[in-house]
Amino acid sequence: MSQKLPEKLINEKGLRLDGRKPDELRPLKLEVGVLSNADGSAYIEQGKTKILAAVYGPKEVHPRHLALPDRAILRCRYHMAPFSVEERKSPAPSRREMELSKVIREALEPSIFLEYYPRTAIDIFVEVLQADGGTRCAGITVASLALADAGIPMRDLVCACAAGKVDGTIVLDLTDVEDKKGEADVPFAMMPNTESVTLLQMDGMLTPEEFEKAFNMAIEGCRKIYSLQKEALKAKYVAIKEAVEE
Amino acid sequence: MTTSTIVSRVKQKRIAQLLAKGKRIDGRGLTDYREIQIETGLIERAEGSARVRLGKTEVLTGIKIEIGEPFSDVPNEGVLTVNAELVPLASPTFEPGPPDENAIELARVVDRGIRESKAIALEELCLIPGKKVFIVFVDIYVLNHDGNLIDASALAALAALMNTKVFNYEIENGEVKIKSGYKQLPIRNYPVAVTFAKINNQLVVDPWLEEENVMDARLTITFEKDGKICAIQKGGSGCFTTKQILEAVKIASEKSKELRKLVVKA
Repeated sequence: MSQKLPEKLINEKGLRLDGRKPDELRPLKLEVGVLSNADGSAYIEQGKTKILAAVYGPKEVHPRHLALPDRAILRCRYHMAPFSVEERKSPAPSRREMELSKVIREALEPSIFLEYYPRTAIDIFVEVLQADGGTRCAGITVASLALADAGIPMRDLVCACAAGKVDGTIVLDLTDVEDKKGEADVPFAMMPNTESVTLLQMDGMLTPEEFEKAFNMAIEGCRKIYSLQKEALKAKYVAIKEAVEE
Repeated sequence: MTTSTIVSRVKQKRIAQLLAKGKRIDGRGLTDYREIQIETGLIERAEGSARVRLGKTEVLTGIKIEIGEPFSDVPNEGVLTVNAELVPLASPTFEPGPPDENAIELARVVDRGIRESKAIALEELCLIPGKKVFIVFVDIYVLNHDGNLIDASALAALAALMNTKVFNYEIENGEVKIKSGYKQLPIRNYPVAVTFAKINNQLVVDPWLEEENVMDARLTITFEKDGKICAIQKGGSGCFTTKQILEAVKIASEKSKELRKLVVKA
């Protein structure tokens, strides 16, 4: 089952395959508190990318020797379901998944007051149910919501979004085809209230000027995602309040 | 998991105090590299090899070439595989076993620089389209860990690839026959990685181990020969300001030219 790749990714009107403008995000749906067993959970749909995140903890550390005397340890597993991509992916963790687990953890770590919970562990599970580009960024956005849902004290929400270059144009929030056929991809995450960059990667080729443009576009994209994240968090409590009042 | 290393408060404070004055504990300036030595062709059994000494950090990279099958989406191209081993003899914090996340990240960052800059002319490594191609194995072997493994490994990988020879062959009735003699592996680009550490909100280039132990975050920017960025990787549990990142891009652009001269000459 291989799809035929289109010739052009951006048409004469400057629109992309899915009709978006270069600096437009895909439709975003965020939901908080979707799993009953987890201490915190959230779900994201960003275009066709669909991801569930769950947080367990702070809890006892196993194996015990990993515990730190002055703060909690943060663990993260990014994993793709075998059916999430065109060709079945083996469920065993790949090298890519191991790297992404590491960068996602390091993107979220600056936001959490780990020092409040010495000798404990906080586990984050990011399960990609369907992948259509931008899964690490969507994973960070949704995992940060799950952390907030678990009631873990944080400096800020972390929001993430990729920018890149496709058919010579700098674009925001790349789909899988744009990532594979495009010239560059820049995954990016930040905490907006302090303008701290917590994730930055790039592959492809960009001049320093193009990079700066993509970088600034990603910052703008993150700000939009940030307000959606806050709305999603509030929505859960509004729903609870209404249920109580009934 | 990250291997935690205990650093005395006194040392941590000293590093921060010196940085505030624009100095480092080993006497370097903020954007100075340690002394770099590159030797090539040390391992005769490998098709290519290089050893890079970056201060006391030591990395050996060997290249092996084998014949194998191409990936189905690029049937006319050779295959590049990068692997890194943090060998236990290199540091008390390295443990035997399959590559951990640090080794995998190291290999993937080096891989990204080589792959995205199209450093190897992979389309010239096709023997029988869709059936037989050359597979280039880049194996990074860390021999002594004194910080900044990424830059040392990227340099060693590039130097080794430039030193790599591919055996001659001919196609007979659809079979590959190896002939005597070698030719140079076709190299088209020279990606060079420049790594920064952020310590106490200040950027330093080429962090050594004592600095890595106290750093908040790490940023690697890889430049190719025409001054384009071909890979970036942020690491570590801290964060950067947007200004720091754009500043790092500028510094890395200059530093990568200096480093490239060392390899292209060697």
